[in-house]
Amino acid sequence: MRFALFLGCTIPARLPQFESSSRAVLKELGVGVTDIREFNCCGYPLRNINFKSFALSSARNLALAERENLHVMTLCQCCYGSLKKADHLMKENTALREEINTILRREGLIYKGTGEVKHLLSVLFHDVGIESIQTKARKTYEGLKIAAHYGCHVLRPSTVVQFDDPVAPSILDRLVEVTGAESIDWVTRLECCGAPVRGVNDDLSMDLTRKKLRDGSRSGADYLCSACPYCHIQFDTVQSAIISQGESDHRLPPILYPQLLGLTMGIDREVLGLEMNQVPIDGIEGFLSDDLSGAEKQTEA
Amino acid sequence: MFETVTFYVAFFLFIGGLIYKIASWFRVKIGRESKNIPTSRRITSSFRGVFLTLFSRKILTLLRVFVLDVLLQRRILREDSFRWIMHITIFGGFTGLLLMHALGDILTSAVFPDYYSTLNPFMFLRDLFGAVVILGIIMAIYRRSIRPTPRLMSNVTDHYAILIVAVIMISGIVLEGTKIVSYGTYQQMVDDYGAVDGEQEERSLEAYWVSHFGVVSPRLKEPFDAATLDQGAELHDMSCVECHSRPQWAFTGYGVARIIRPVALWMDSVSIAGILHYIHILGCFVALAYLPFSKMFHIFASPVSLLANAVTEEGKSDPATKATRQAMELDACTHCGACTFRCSVGVAFEQIGNRNILPSEKIASIKALASGKRLSEEQLRILQEGVWLCTNCYRCTVACPAGINLQDLWFTVREQFLENGYPEYLVLSPLSFYRGLMRGDIEEREYDKPMTQARESIASVCGLVDNQDVLTLTATDGDLHADLSLSAQAKTFSGCFGCETCTTVCPVVSHYENPKESLGLLPHQIMHTCGLGIRDLAFGSNMLWDCITCYQCQEQCPQGVAVTDVLYELKNLAVAHVTAKMRS
Repeated sequence: MRFALFLGCTIPARLPQFESSSRAVLKELGVGVTDIREFNCCGYPLRNINFKSFALSSARNLALAERENLHVMTLCQCCYGSLKKADHLMKENTALREEINTILRREGLIYKGTGEVKHLLSVLFHDVGIESIQTKARKTYEGLKIAAHYGCHVLRPSTVVQFDDPVAPSILDRLVEVTGAESIDWVTRLECCGAPVRGVNDDLSMDLTRKKLRDGSRSGADYLCSACPYCHIQFDTVQSAIISQGESDHRLPPILYPQLLGLTMGIDREVLGLEMNQVPIDGIEGFLSDDLSGAEKQTEA
Repeated sequence: MFETVTFYVAFFLFIGGLIYKIASWFRVKIGRESKNIPTSRRITSSFRGVFLTLFSRKILTLLRVFVLDVLLQRRILREDSFRWIMHITIFGGFTGLLLMHALGDILTSAVFPDYYSTLNPFMFLRDLFGAVVILGIIMAIYRRSIRPTPRLMSNVTDHYAILIVAVIMISGIVLEGTKIVSYGTYQQMVDDYGAVDGEQEERSLEAYWVSHFGVVSPRLKEPFDAATLDQGAELHDMSCVECHSRPQWAFTGYGVARIIRPVALWMDSVSIAGILHYIHILGCFVALAYLPFSKMFHIFASPVSLLANAVTEEGKSDPATKATRQAMELDACTHCGACTFRCSVGVAFEQIGNRNILPSEKIASIKALASGKRLSEEQLRILQEGVWLCTNCYRCTVACPAGINLQDLWFTVREQFLENGYPEYLVLSPLSFYRGLMRGDIEEREYDKPMTQARESIASVCGLVDNQDVLTLTATDGDLHADLSLSAQAKTFSGCFGCETCTTVCPVVSHYENPKESLGLLPHQIMHTCGLGIRDLAFGSNMLWDCITCYQCQEQCPQGVAVTDVLYELKNLAVAHVTAKMRS
């Protein structure tokens, strides 16, 4: 099992712990990754202003992975949504496809549409499988409550992204439960993190984030778990702003899914980059237990 | 005499240029922060910084960077091994020639008392260095002109750099070949140094040089009898051997000599060697005099940039030092294109066609602007678009072989551009995420300006939302229906029957107490305006730019209207429409 690892722009620049923890977890699970240095931006930020630039950016990445005969694995909901959307458009609109391919051919590339786009979470759930993950567990969480945050762009538009049931998704909850933690039910779990309008309308952006943090915290979660750099940075930075302002009614430190999973696999905390999150998450190690029966119970439940 | 005078003219131009350029590092202002810092403070802070670094443990970092990145050019190797070979050959070969050939009589002869440029190993080494440089030049020409590298731009400075080195090298090698075959040169040498008596001895030595040293004589032709050659060899041993190794060792020049043999006598008669000699040394003098103003100035600026950036701690640097560093970085750029090759959004250039999207072109434009060049309004506008169209992924900075902190440069310039007052619609996109994260580094009163400016500019063109009169429900202009054509999804607005589910589930709408006041039209109303074809009503709504693209509306629409996708297309159309209007 091998994928072209699509890191996008944000992870290498601002969230290296997401990369290192994902690589470590994937290695442990026997998933091979290939780095294609020529990958560029997925096109997501260009979609508002220049639609064709977005389509071209995405299609170029897909063409690069196709050249290597690999499927793409992203770690970012927005990259995932964009690549899926572009893939969909290129298959549906032959005129656009021809126009984009004309440009791609200039650098010896072509989009044929033979590759697939996957997210880290879908690879873990569908390609690796819950049982294989379970066999790698050396520790398990006891009494840990997690608010699982999916992120909009993997869920919707469901006809295009085809990640999970858009109304009642379960992939991330199942992946959280395999670690022994409880994935709690919370009202806003499918809502936006606020990142897309950060820098455009900060009041709106922060308000959406606060709302989720408050809801998760009041619903009893200890940590918020996501697998998207935008969502994570949004939760992490807004949370640390909240802390510095002295508010305390909705504290909910965010943790990246591969960090959460990596700890149960006994992966080194430095590799997982636990210290690199802005809001400290090292308290989570206190929930770890050597008794593996807890995780089985959660999974059965 | 002529040569000495020209040399000194070139040398003083070079020194003057060097001083002028380095002084500009303390004078050129980049970004808003640098505006109020006087040159004197920049000089003192830089010297203080250098002094403190040299007497700290950072000196070890500097040494390491000097060896690995400056001398061995590790950063180029990391990016592209072809380019590394190209650059290290030119750099290494040229350095060798400079020390052992150009400054041979000063440097080499000081170290090796028996130095003669026509004696081995010096003669061989000179040609070896020359050949190595030629190899590098061929690779450079291949890279710039033949090898397909997406979005690699070459400009006059790149061509000049290749040309001047090529002229110096080729003229030097041909000159050497011409001198090997030259009968005139041979005679001159015999007159000056030859201990020969009479016609017989003259002919013997000449025969020996024709057969062994490649001289082309108008009167003697091979073959020669053994006795003549023996006598020639004897005379050679007495007069010549001390200063002359066999010319085959000068393999590049000798190769040329072999080729030009048939025309050697003619070349000698019109003294081609003299002409080549002037081309060669004048080429060197031009290169020297113009060096501070050409991209060859990177010989000085790039190492400074590498060293300075190696010891600069992010966020800790004094604004005065940073201003100087950024001015210096503009000179350190060699326009090699590594940044553009790695740029995350470089591919957008193929669609948008704005060169300033590409980092290598962006820095060139910023350099022109910083050096006081007047840019037209249109040039400024596209440069502004270029600096904002960036995902802040740092890949350019990581890739730069000269260690320039390009990312930081874009950020500095970006804020400065606000003062020009041109609206930048790109700020109304997720490209602003980074700026949002960096809010603490931006003056609070400046922070909202670009967003307000862009929104107001759109509203000024498409202002129907604020219109208090009763609107006639007829299309304002054009064919909005036809324009919504980028994807099949955008056509779905016609299915809307006004149930308002989209508006009900919209988290943006529910964020506001009075959404209509803040957002203009609500999602279902926008779908409706699309149906009516009222362009300005759809475009002028804040809802477009506050949409978080969460796709809740689209997912839940009972009629299958791709609400979010329609909003996406309206944003594209609005920007295109407003840009066209503003320019007309």
